[in-house]
Amino acid sequence: MGIDLTAEAARRRTPTVRGPSEQPVVLTVNGTHHAVALEPRVSLLDALRDRLGLTGSKKGCDQGTCGACTVWVDGRRVLACLTLAIACEGRQVTTIEGVATDGEPHPMQRAFIEHDAFQCGYCTPGQIMSAIALIEEGNAETDEDIAEFMSGNICRCAAYPGIRQAIKDVRDARERP
Amino acid sequence: MNTAIGRPVDRVDGHAKVTGGARYTAEISLPGLTYAAVVGARIPSGRVESVDASRALSAGGVLAVLTHENLPKIAGQPRLLPSLLGAAAPGQSFFPMQDAAVHYAGQPVALVVAESHEQAQYAASLVDVAYRREPSITAIDEGRDRVYEAQRLFGGLMPGRDERGDVGTALAEAPVRIEAGYRFAANHHNALEPPATTAVWEDGRLTLYDSTMGIRATQLTVAHLLGLPLSHVRVITHFVGGGFGSKAMTWPHVTLAAMAARHVGRPVRLALTRAQTYTSNGHREEQEQRISLGATRDGRLTAIRHHKLSITSHFDDWAEPATGVSSQLYDVEHYEGVHSLIHGNTMTPTFTRGPGETLGVFVLETAMDELAYELGVDPVELRLRNHARTDPRGNPWSSDGLAECLRLGAERFGWHGRDPRPRARRDGDWLIGTGMAAAAYPVAFFMPEQRARARVYEDGSAVVQTGTQEFGTGVLTVATQVAADALGLPLESVRFEAGDTDLPNTSAAVGSAGAGMVSAAVHAAATALRDRLVAMAVTDADSPLHGADPAAVEVADGRMRLRDRPETGETYADLMIRRRLADAEEVGSWTPPPLTTPHGLLTFGAQFAEVAVDPGLGLIRVRRMTGVFAPGRVLNPKLARSQLMGGMVWGLSQALLEGNEMDTRHGRWGASNLGEYLVPVNADIPEITVEFVEVEDDVVPLGIKGVGEIGQVGAAAAVANAVFHATGRRLRRLPLAAELVMDPPASS
Ligand code: FES
Ligand code: FES
Repeated sequence: MGIDLTAEAARRRTPTVRGPSEQPVVLTVNGTHHAVALEPRVSLLDALRDRLGLTGSKKGCDQGTCGACTVWVDGRRVLACLTLAIACEGRQVTTIEGVATDGEPHPMQRAFIEHDAFQCGYCTPGQIMSAIALIEEGNAETDEDIAEFMSGNICRCAAYPGIRQAIKDVRDARERP
Repeated sequence: MNTAIGRPVDRVDGHAKVTGGARYTAEISLPGLTYAAVVGARIPSGRVESVDASRALSAGGVLAVLTHENLPKIAGQPRLLPSLLGAAAPGQSFFPMQDAAVHYAGQPVALVVAESHEQAQYAASLVDVAYRREPSITAIDEGRDRVYEAQRLFGGLMPGRDERGDVGTALAEAPVRIEAGYRFAANHHNALEPPATTAVWEDGRLTLYDSTMGIRATQLTVAHLLGLPLSHVRVITHFVGGGFGSKAMTWPHVTLAAMAARHVGRPVRLALTRAQTYTSNGHREEQEQRISLGATRDGRLTAIRHHKLSITSHFDDWAEPATGVSSQLYDVEHYEGVHSLIHGNTMTPTFTRGPGETLGVFVLETAMDELAYELGVDPVELRLRNHARTDPRGNPWSSDGLAECLRLGAERFGWHGRDPRPRARRDGDWLIGTGMAAAAYPVAFFMPEQRARARVYEDGSAVVQTGTQEFGTGVLTVATQVAADALGLPLESVRFEAGDTDLPNTSAAVGSAGAGMVSAAVHAAATALRDRLVAMAVTDADSPLHGADPAAVEVADGRMRLRDRPETGETYADLMIRRRLADAEEVGSWTPPPLTTPHGLLTFGAQFAEVAVDPGLGLIRVRRMTGVFAPGRVLNPKLARSQLMGGMVWGLSQALLEGNEMDTRHGRWGASNLGEYLVPVNADIPEITVEFVEVEDDVVPLGIKGVGEIGQVGAAAAVANAVFHATGRRLRRLPLAAELVMDPPASS
């Protein structure tokens, strides 16, 4: 998990020093451009929650240990609490608020409700962002894969069996033509 | 008739939760919002010698640094009482930053308020606190020479000792005796949402957005500590990201947020960091337990002695009560339960899911497994033989179901035909074992009157309200079901509102009591409203129901009709429009039966587990679990199943994963994050079967005994007994250390 940190990507970027004061930053979240002023130390998670009012991504630990803050950057799952917002300029950020189509919930969202794959709901946006990505990644082929690749998302309410079932349902529905 | 009750309907707040639309406390945005960060003491005992806040104050965006030198004194002293009682519930009899004394590591010693979250966090790191460290006691091993027997527990609510008969003689004379001691590491709740509070003052009145299991407890506590009229404190909570006991009391940070907001004259959000939750909202205390069972050769228990030793704070006699089940579950004439304590340098421990009884039952049910081996009796049969028919006072259970749970569980799990010999089953490198345990949990009944309000509009839609809060229990859903059922309305026509102390009052939802008491209040309000509308109809000359006996009227789909002539009737809407009533409303209340009710009050269940142990690597994997429970009326089996399953996972986790050790040199917890304090992840959890046994109960509200804790009780013992079956080793320390199941056995 993480944004593209390869040497090639690093070379493409211009090494400019910005900060420590607030900098103008354009974030592209769920297809919308947001011009905000951010200190470079602001995490993507805090930028989303406190500056853009997109509070669907949750802060469970702010330390990269719980997965509640999982979002996609350029289509890959990342922990928004360990990602600096300013590093996401020019990238596509997708959050739980952006997975519905035309106001219709994503099938994974519906499957989570159907299988009661949550209780308090605090881990749920992160679980769903991982769950959708898991199928895209091809990591939802077997029960063991699902359990393993969902293990970065803690659910303290322990809805794990329901989460697995929801993912299997969505995977199988996709495979059926 | 409408039968919303008992249907496995989806959560009414499901959409909000899966779309990110559900707002939790730290997500409330207010104009002019500022951010607070707590500085916690780095020593467990001693004094703050000086605080140099100059660097913090000159950092960007900082509005204030509060310490014991400039924080106003609180107006009322905190006193430890469970929030369910409906009084102020500050969690501990100590409020920080009133003087320079430090009683535990993490105790707030300064509070920084700044314009942004980042600025507050950074400035908090710049506050320079000089301490004078004094000797501390932070673990049982350090305080063995200061053990005292607790007279009363729980702020005086419960006696520390429970005795009957002559346990010493009975044990001495018992033909068979089992005796063992156990050690349990401290547990932390780790609700996924760290507690947060946002405080706003307006014209001397305070509004708190609080992440709590009891908005009413927050209101009472903060009003008490700040000397405010209750009418000047309003508490709002929309969604709470899990509680498990950590948010059952109103901990100091809540009041500190209010004090900070008053100081800076702007709204303040105080969100604890994950690390701070380990020292800010209580924990399950480190403890040791000893049990002695006396029995006859034919497997009848004659005596139980059950002692607990634990460490509490300097200011409170807190012990999670561990003997409520061991004193009642089995029919034993001679019993002795004792709680002993050591005053130490920790904060006051608190309720943690399945408080007290989960470990008490672990000890009891592990000993029962040993007794079964000693006697050569099947473990299920041993429980059946000893289950008490009444409570120790001779009162019948309000409802039972234990025997049915044991039998059904054994059948579903495939218990029969089990070869009881340890190390008899293998699967490749894995040793396979199965184990079981009985489960029971006391039904808590000491809450005051609970109220709710029901309103029907002239279009036949309804709003039902009560001041409870949603933290994952599904209360919004089950209360909607109860209201729809009582009003005779379709589920979709009823909206249930909660989470605001301006609504009718209910107590904190703790001790598995939430669903029962809220449902009872909602039921009372909705029934009162239906009765009123029916009474209106039968006395209305223009109503088709005019002159009918109200008792002969039922309501379905919003239409009042004669039970035996359903074609005669009219809708609420018809009646109300004709009477020019835009809405009609009733408040209903429910008061629990007196504590002296002549009934035994336990919820029963049975747990079964299969484990695989790799003795080469010290790995333990739970392969499957089956839990059967008799929680009284189940309002929504889908949600109840989830909660019971969650409890079973907590039991598994208590056995195998969770524990924190004190680093006694520094007097600080060894772990303070989710990387080091292990909680289960998806791959740890097998498929879990949950079954219900139906029991009728007309003592508890609406027949509901609750599902919050019983799922956890007995689960750890079933896992540990399965590990014994697999390996021949008894687990007497939780969480289990890998070396205990590795070959060759560790000498301990
Ligand atoms: S909040 Fe990012 S991993 Fe926990
Ligand atoms: S639903 Fe509560 S943490 Fe997952």
